Amino acid sequence: MTAYAYYPGCSRSGLGKPYDESLRAVFRHLGLALEEIPDWNCCGATSYMSISEDKAVALAARNLALAEQMKAEVVAPCAACYLVLTKAQHMMGEYPALAEKVRKGLGAAGLTYEGHVTVRHPLDILVNHVGLDAVRAKVTRPLAGYRVAPYYGCQVVRPYGAFDDPLRPQTLDRLMAAAGAEVVDYPLKAHCCGGSLMGTMEDIGVRMNFLLIKEARARHANVMATLCPLCQYNLEAYQGKMRHRFHEDATLPIVYFTQLLGLAFGLEPKALGLQRNFVTAEPLPAMA
Amino acid sequence: MQNGTTHCRYAEDVNPAFPTEIMAKPGGEALRDCIQCGTCSGACPMSVHMDLTPRRVIALTRAGLERDVLESATPWLCASCYECQVRCPRDIKVTEIMYALKRRAIEKGLFPKRSPIPVLAKAFYHMVAAHGRNSESRLVIELALRTNPLSLLKMAPVGIKLLRTGRMALGQDHIKDPKQLQSILDAMEES
Ligand code: SF4
Ligand code: SF4
Repeated sequence: MTAYAYYPGCSRSGLGKPYDESLRAVFRHLGLALEEIPDWNCCGATSYMSISEDKAVALAARNLALAEQMKAEVVAPCAACYLVLTKAQHMMGEYPALAEKVRKGLGAAGLTYEGHVTVRHPLDILVNHVGLDAVRAKVTRPLAGYRVAPYYGCQVVRPYGAFDDPLRPQTLDRLMAAAGAEVVDYPLKAHCCGGSLMGTMEDIGVRMNFLLIKEARARHANVMATLCPLCQYNLEAYQGKMRHRFHEDATLPIVYFTQLLGLAFGLEPKALGLQRNFVTAEPLPAMA
Repeated sequence: MQNGTTHCRYAEDVNPAFPTEIMAKPGGEALRDCIQCGTCSGACPMSVHMDLTPRRVIALTRAGLERDVLESATPWLCASCYECQVRCPRDIKVTEIMYALKRRAIEKGLFPKRSPIPVLAKAFYHMVAAHGRNSESRLVIELALRTNPLSLLKMAPVGIKLLRTGRMALGQDHIKDPKQLQSILDAMEES
């Protein structure tokens, strides 16, 4: 059994709960063990980097140091966490003075980081480690009738993640096809959702996310697959406001790609957290 | 919005050290290579909402017009999507430069005072430094109280849905020993 050092990120206990549930269920089903990094801390997201770069890198590096003790690859499902951890590695590699400073900082807490950690997104693991053939072999309920808009958003594919094209990614398309879904050609797949701007500048956030949904609907998608808790929330929770503001129906179920994969594996919708989604229209199973 | 319009600038508006100092920051190195092609502005999903487009931010930074850039809302509207950065034909790390500008604007107290975005960034920063984790619901409430308390009422319907679906954690999440993290952050401050 391959074991991974799991970095769930702060949204795990809130918005991203169904992501955590479905990721665990899918990994378990594939015989991949997730061991939570003991006492991991917040990655710092975009906010920390906006105030202090050095400390932001140190914050990420504490997690890398803890993961290094586990001698396992890190799995970071949240797009922001994934970006920050890979960015911190990149910066420590490019800027020796910064790396030195961060190592000293870690040393103050008795920690070391030698740089031997690989950080991966679960999408990368499923497609490139497990492989599409192995995924296909596990599919017992192919996603017939699912027309999926594959939405990558920005931070998983840009600029430090190296497993897919930063502007025209394909891995999620291929994974969803392997699960038996019809994958819609979706040109906005790597367009930004605005991230935390929905919380600070709602007008702008609603408009950006409306455009993403409008395009998916125009291409006859009946569900959107996401990789990130913030994208998922922005796209799902504001559909009423979109309709109100743009006088156009904006209904579209927005689910995590791990939830769809779990359904294709024949797992119970509840085990995948589907009852927690706000929009559970067709083609998703009805949730009592 | 004066920043967005064309107005005269004079020699005394220029801080010649500004571009050099930005270039000394990680990611700022290639600032002078910009050919003003506008690819960044064209690619940026936020540029329609910005007072200065990313291309203009680069131009003004290079010209040393520090106040125009630091008082602009643009670095704060940047959602860090890195689209400009991966598309730039001159390998300019536009997103990293936006970060460098945010940090400098905070240091110099020149960030746009009416924008809620720096308020959120600071609240987040302090929450993580104190607890080691962030709690979405507490952050949202704190931000609303500091900027627009009435907005809490408007958020109630979504909040109720989140509670009902078990997606709102009300407690403050924290790591086991926030002091250990604090010792790392303190050490970063000293060196
Ligand atoms: S894309 Fe690059 S070269 Fe072109 S204007 Fe923007 S920063 Fe300058
Ligand atoms: S990183 Fe910022 S400036 Fe660049 S395209 Fe994205 S939002 Fe625009």
